[in-house]
This record gives sequence, C-alpha cells and structure tokens, in this order.
Amino acid sequence: MNEPLRRLESTFVVLPNENIDTDQICPARFLTTTSRQGFASALFADWRFDKAGALRPDFPMNRPEAKGARILVTGRNFGCGSSREHAVWALRENGIQAVIATAVADIFKRNALKNGLVPVVIDGDSHASLVAHPTATVLVDLERLLVSWPGGEAKFAIEPFARHCLMEGVDELGYLLKEEPAIAAFESAG
Amino acid sequence: MSSPTTLLDKVWDAHVVSPATASTPATIYIDFHLIHEVTTPQAFATLKERGLKVRRPDRTLATMDHATPTDFERKGGGVVIRDADAAAQIRALEDNCREAGITLYGLDSDRQGIVHVIGPELGVTHPGRTIVCGDSHTSTHGAFGALAFGIGTSEVGHVLASQCLLLEKPKRMSVTFNGRLSKGVTAKDLILGLIAKIGAGGAVGHVIEYRGSTIATLSMEERMTLCNMAVEAGGRTGIIAPDDTTFAYLKGRPFAPQGAAWDEAVARWRELRTDEGAVFDREVTFDASTLEPMVTYGTSPGMGVPIGGVVPEPGGDESAAKALRYMNLAPGEPLRGRPIDVVFIGSCTNSRISDLRLAASVLKGRKVASGVKALVVPGSHAVKKQAEAEGLDAIFREAGAEWREAGCSMCLAMNGDRLQPGQYSVSTSNRNFEGRQGQGGRTFLASPLTAAASAINGRITDAREFVK
Ligand code: SF4
Repeated sequence: MNEPLRRLESTFVVLPNENIDTDQICPARFLTTTSRQGFASALFADWRFDKAGALRPDFPMNRPEAKGARILVTGRNFGCGSSREHAVWALRENGIQAVIATAVADIFKRNALKNGLVPVVIDGDSHASLVAHPTATVLVDLERLLVSWPGGEAKFAIEPFARHCLMEGVDELGYLLKEEPAIAAFESAG
Repeated sequence: MSSPTTLLDKVWDAHVVSPATASTPATIYIDFHLIHEVTTPQAFATLKERGLKVRRPDRTLATMDHATPTDFERKGGGVVIRDADAAAQIRALEDNCREAGITLYGLDSDRQGIVHVIGPELGVTHPGRTIVCGDSHTSTHGAFGALAFGIGTSEVGHVLASQCLLLEKPKRMSVTFNGRLSKGVTAKDLILGLIAKIGAGGAVGHVIEYRGSTIATLSMEERMTLCNMAVEAGGRTGIIAPDDTTFAYLKGRPFAPQGAAWDEAVARWRELRTDEGAVFDREVTFDASTLEPMVTYGTSPGMGVPIGGVVPEPGGDESAAKALRYMNLAPGEPLRGRPIDVVFIGSCTNSRISDLRLAASVLKGRKVASGVKALVVPGSHAVKKQAEAEGLDAIFREAGAEWREAGCSMCLAMNGDRLQPGQYSVSTSNRNFEGRQGQGGRTFLASPLTAAASAINGRITDAREFVK
C-alpha cells in the first residue's frame, strides 16, 4: 500500500534525454532478486556511478542542488523498454514521487501508478518553460490535475480510478477482488 | 447493422467482464498468463501476504529463461546454476509453481525456452485470446491475432489473484505494409525500418495492427518478429489478423484445440478481422518492396539506417548526440565495414528455427573471423532439437560459433552472457540500449542474415554478398 498522495511540492532534477529506457533506470544485473526492496543503488547505476563505484559529480541527480528533489523532469518517452517494475521501485527508493515528461511509456506508466509514482504528461511548450526554471519549486496537484511553478502551469490527465488510488493510498487489487462475482459469471458464460 | 470495428475491438469486446464507467476502467478477462523467474517472485509474495490463492493455475504456464545461464552443466539429471541469486530466483519459481499447481517447464524440461518462443510453439497462443506476461515482448503473441501485452509485477499479481486486469482501452493504429520483401531482406529489417520511420515513441498508447499485402507473404515466425518489436516503437502491442498460415502453424500443437473443437475454433477465428471501413486513430503505410537490410547505429531501436547508409548528423538533438558518444561513432561514418567483436544470434525476436536456418545458410562452409566471438542461442529446447536434427548446430560449430542451451542469453546482461565494456556486437535481439548487453557494450541490431555475414567478415556486412 502507498501513502495517500494529493499534492506534491518539490524541487526537480532534469534528465533531458529522450527515450530513457528501464535498462538505464534499473540495469538488468540488479534484477536477480526476489524482493521489492534493495534497489537504491541500482537507480541509473551506470550514469550515477563511475567504474570505481564513486558518484559522478556531473550527473544531474548527483549535483548538490538536486538533493531532496522528489520530481524528475525528463525527455520524451521516459521508461520505454522492459516492463520491469523494478525501475519504478528504484525511483521510489530514491525518493522520486513524480516524473514529468511530454510522453511516458505505457507499461512504465501503469507500473508507476501502482507504486505512488505520479506520471505527469504535459505539452512541449510547458515542458520547455518548466525546464527553463531549474531552481523552481513545482507543485503537482492531483486534486486539480495541475502542475504549476513560478511563471507557469500545465494541466495533466490521469485516469480517474488510478488517480483515486493514488489520492487514497489504496491499490487496484482490492477492487479487482470485489469483482469476483462478475468474473465467475464471465467464466461460466464463456 | 453495427458499425465496423477493428480486430482490437473484437478481441477487447469479447473479454469485458465489467465495462468501463466514468470513474472506473474496464475489467478485462485474461485468457492466459505466461510467467518466468524474474518478474514473478514479488507477485507471489504479495499474494501470500494477503492470503490469496492463484485463481486459475490452469490458465497459467511457467518457464525460466531470463536469468538462466545457457552454458549450464547437466549433472546427474539435475542442472547446476552457478550464480547464487539466479539459483534463488529459479528455486522461488519452482516452489511457487508447485504450491499453486502451475505447470512449469524448467531447465530439465524439453518444453523449456524463452517464454515468447514456447507459447506459440506449444500452441498456447490462440487467435482472439488475451495473453499477458511480465515481459514487454509479450507483444510477440499478437502475430496470431491474440491481444497480448507486457505487464509489471503488480499486475502479474493481479492476474494471478483475479485472472483480470483493470484497463483503459488503447488507441488503434494501423500499419499497412505493401509489397514483397526483396531477397536478403527479412522481417527484422521490416520492423527496424518501421521504427526508424515512426520513432521509438511513435506508437505510444496504441495497439498496432499490421496489415497489407506484405503480411500475407510472411510466415508465422516472421510475423512474430514484427509483433515482437511493436513495443520498440512504443506500442502497447502488435496484432495481426489470423489467416490460413496461422491455422496451419497451430494445427496439431500440444495446446491447440483438437478434433471437432479445432474446426469450431477455426470457424470462430476466421471472424477475427478488421471490418471494411473501420476507423483507426492513426494510420501509417510502408513500402516493403524497396526496403534494404537495416542496421541500428545508436542506443534506441529507432536509430536505424539501411546497411549501406551512414551515421546521420544528430543536428541539435542532444539525445542523438549522446547516443553517438556512447557508440563512439561520428556522423557521416559508413556502418558497413565497421569492425565488431561479438555476434549474438538469438532472443525472442530471432531465435526460431527459420532464423537459425537463415544464419546457417550464410555460415555454412565459412568461418567466423578470428577474434570475433559468435554465439548462437536457440529460443527453446524444441528449436535446439530441431536445429540439431537438421545439422545446423554442426554448421555453427564448424564455423567457430558457440552453440548454446535455450534462453535469453546475451539479449540482456543478467545470466552470465554479456559484452565487455567498449565491445561492439551485431545482435539479432531487440534492444540496443546503453549497457543492455553488458555495461559499456555497444549493440548494432540487425537480422540473422546480417549477423551471420558480419561474423564471417568481423565487420558489419551486407549478407547479400554471400546469399546470391
Ligand atoms: S530474449 Fe530478450 S527481450 Fe526476449 S524475453 Fe528474453 S530478455 Fe526479454
């Protein structure tokens, strides 16, 4: 279960590249585990750390001003590639609670919504304006479906039920289990 | 008369348990669930924590492929896994399947293999079915007219517990391929060509229905290659209307309907077609007849060019520039002739018998260039057996390539097979992401023909030099 999330106010980190895939977010060598935890150092491992395992000072998440940021702003089609939910777990373990991009990959988006990570898809102009305010504090408001920063704001959409789950901190499985009579009826009609 | 609908609509409508409302998505029934060792242990754990049972073990099938080595030793009938973490995942899958009563084709089974190779091979993949798996390339099964897509581990848990998913309906996209592929050009080139055209995010939010005159000329295995990489274009999945080629492939397979049930099924399956006049949200057409063999040069599957082409200018595109830095390639450089270190022939994209036959047709009587490591990894145990019966393994071995057990192998770096930092490979797999085949490794995606020809020359090679 996730903590209820209605509003999120935070500074942000920009990873400007397009098509950042889940192999970057959480490389495959970290997937040989049977746990949902333990992905803290897996996150962007090949970008965040050098060969000796030291933090690369030039990677945006490693800069001093990135400390405490709970929002990631990225290029188009973030989270493409493998369906590994481990990528979302790795982001969450590092305190990231929202990803803002002009497009987020389908499976990643579904995984994110199940783990209290808000996928915020905004238009290109708003995205550019946000990136131009790198030190701003951003408000992601799930009640109003509005993301705002000093000097700009943008609407975003989240499917109503996923939004309800995020805001109440409940998961979909409980709902699905209540569907049992309908599921049983479907099966016997089949 | 009801309005014309697409293939996606037909399969979707037949699986609605509860329709969507203003505040809830549709509950969609999942006919079949494929599972493997890497994305399931946490899902089984969730079920246990909540005191839930696997609802339909009979609609679930397990195998192991991702973390499993392809050079394991068989000792005393058992299999020895050297990596402790991989061994633990494998054990967890064995335990979870035993407790739940799920059929598991493990390393000791002659039905084991890459999950997307064995599903069709066993006849589990039926037209009109909804099929999911905790793996993005579940799209492969769309080649049969199934609505098949990858899910994350939470959703694996949902399906285990309820046999359903809560889904918003994806948008409809049609890709019409016209014309016949020319000699030396394969289905892999076709999909790389499409992704180069529409981009790695070109189909986000959509299910791609592949249509057009080209499709009728393709075998099931070629169609699987096309659907496999729909996800590399950002699509939720790919789907192809079933036809006689589909039925001929499925007939007589272990999990295909038999006898009278077969005839009934085929009659039903013939209805699974997009109606004349049905509307798609997006339509793309693609001339297959003028296509050249394709090769990627960057770190996204959309960064592909014809094999005679050069590395394009990134322009102002910082993502493209970063990719070229990672690949250590300069704009204007030709791809053909570029030296390589490794050739990987395998993965759920290109590890079926027809792929191995293509590779063998080039490697027969020739040698892998010295200093090049070539790996041929069959997609399943059954493919391995078939290849050996045809003598393909001998062709590969005599050429100097390694012939392995079935599995994902070097498609992803988590089972011992991997590139070393800085190495270049020509790979028949589906992803050229940074580090996908090993930290610091650099991948050129291409067809089995191109991969085999490149192995011989030790350089990226147009296979048409060899296949006259
Ligand atoms: S072969 Fe590669 S893409 Fe296919 S299932 Fe295995 S790891 Fe995934």
